[in-house]
Amino acid sequence: MTKQQANWSPYDNNGGTCVAIAGADYCVIAADTRMSSGYNILTRDYSKIIQLADKSVMASSGFQADVRALQKVLASRHLLYQHQHNKQMSCPAMAQLLSNTLYYKRFFPYYAFNVLGGLDNEGKGCVFTYDAVGSYERVGYSSQGSGSTLITPFLDNQLKSPSPLLLPAKDAVTPLSEAEAIDLVKTCFASATERDIYTGDKLEIIVLNASGIRQEYMELRKD
Amino acid sequence: MFRNQYDTDVTTWSPAGRLFQVEYAMEAVKQGSAAIGLRSKSHVVLACVNKANSELSSHQKKIFKVDDHVGVAIAGLTADGRVLSRYMRNECINYFYTYESQLPVGRLVVQLADKAQVCTQRSWKRPYGVGLLVGGLDESGAHLYYNCPSGNYFEYQAFAIGSRSQAAKTYLERKFVSFMASSRENLIKDALFALRETLQGEKLTSSACTIAVVGVGEAFHILDQETVQALINEFEIAGEEAAAPDQAGVDEPSAADDQAAPVDQSAAPMDM
Repeated sequence: MTKQQANWSPYDNNGGTCVAIAGADYCVIAADTRMSSGYNILTRDYSKIIQLADKSVMASSGFQADVRALQKVLASRHLLYQHQHNKQMSCPAMAQLLSNTLYYKRFFPYYAFNVLGGLDNEGKGCVFTYDAVGSYERVGYSSQGSGSTLITPFLDNQLKSPSPLLLPAKDAVTPLSEAEAIDLVKTCFASATERDIYTGDKLEIIVLNASGIRQEYMELRKD
Repeated sequence: MFRNQYDTDVTTWSPAGRLFQVEYAMEAVKQGSAAIGLRSKSHVVLACVNKANSELSSHQKKIFKVDDHVGVAIAGLTADGRVLSRYMRNECINYFYTYESQLPVGRLVVQLADKAQVCTQRSWKRPYGVGLLVGGLDESGAHLYYNCPSGNYFEYQAFAIGSRSQAAKTYLERKFVSFMASSRENLIKDALFALRETLQGEKLTSSACTIAVVGVGEAFHILDQETVQALINEFEIAGEEAAAPDQAGVDEPSAADDQAAPVDQSAAPMDM
């Protein structure tokens, strides 16, 4: 008697890629807008990015139904936080909340690969990168999703921080200007779109800085 | 109300068909400091008196934001009020999570009323000792409700609860017909005047009161002290000029000035 196997999967991968880069006083969060299933395109115009708080923006690739559920849970929790504390959640606080929320479903995970970007309590850019069950780390830049294997090596080449074993210790933040960072992101996606079939259509870029939040779009190859 | 042999448990009826514990709970509301609510077609204003116990302590929080479209002002046991506000906030958040739209105010007050009713029919519970003025906006317009410890609720054009609320109610009864079509500014003005009635001659200052507004295109928020003081000055000047032109020389109110209250004017409306 062989063990019974499931004849359906609760998960699907809708593809897509997300990137975030932290600057000295800004943060850039970007994701493509293609949503696919297998070899089919479901839509060319779906946003994977959500603003969770004043200074926290999350981009998530993976199974978009789980992503949407995760976004709703975090939004509700943030509302509750605001009622109790009379202020917005800081980005590091939101980072911890996201980690806890993901681990809460450790044995039936959210199929979501997240990058959280924003400004920390000192106004410096910060990026937090996650796996599906909540393991997270603050980094200077990160990429998740189907195109991440193509983008991460390139970002390493351009931005990688010196080893933490070095003395004197160096900041985890990239010495790039906002305009340079946006340009870098556009280059990343243009390249990833060439070789990753699940990435393309349009690029949505969110820029967070002291003066507020800004949104930009760039067309990508549609094939 | 005097003590009697039927008032120990909330689950004991009196021979006259009364639940004394519930009535005593409503007494607690009457002892709290005043809270006032008024509404127009598009806005609701909540106002309350914020008396601190001493100069050393902070004011009691009497107005709570429940959601962008709803807020409450309480009178009575503020701790009970706080707990009920938390319940209301949770209900709004959960409703939005499920339906991605705002919880209609009418539904919220029914849930609140049902929750209050439970406490009137359990021997191990006591009624909530707080009255809530729930002001909110939904698809059917602006609404003001009053929720009792008894589990009853009523919709109002304008209402006042707490100590010396009768003075405010008298003022509101005179003016309420005009409220539906009132502008936002006039509604706030009437709230301030009604609030002043409850002060029985004391000067109305922004440090002793809290005003909150919700309306079409305007999320529920508490007005900050500077705004309130500016409004008070604006309206006090108007009020004084209208009622006592001969006293004008002495009673020149300004933001920094701490002149005696316009005692004569506040007495006049009540004499009707």
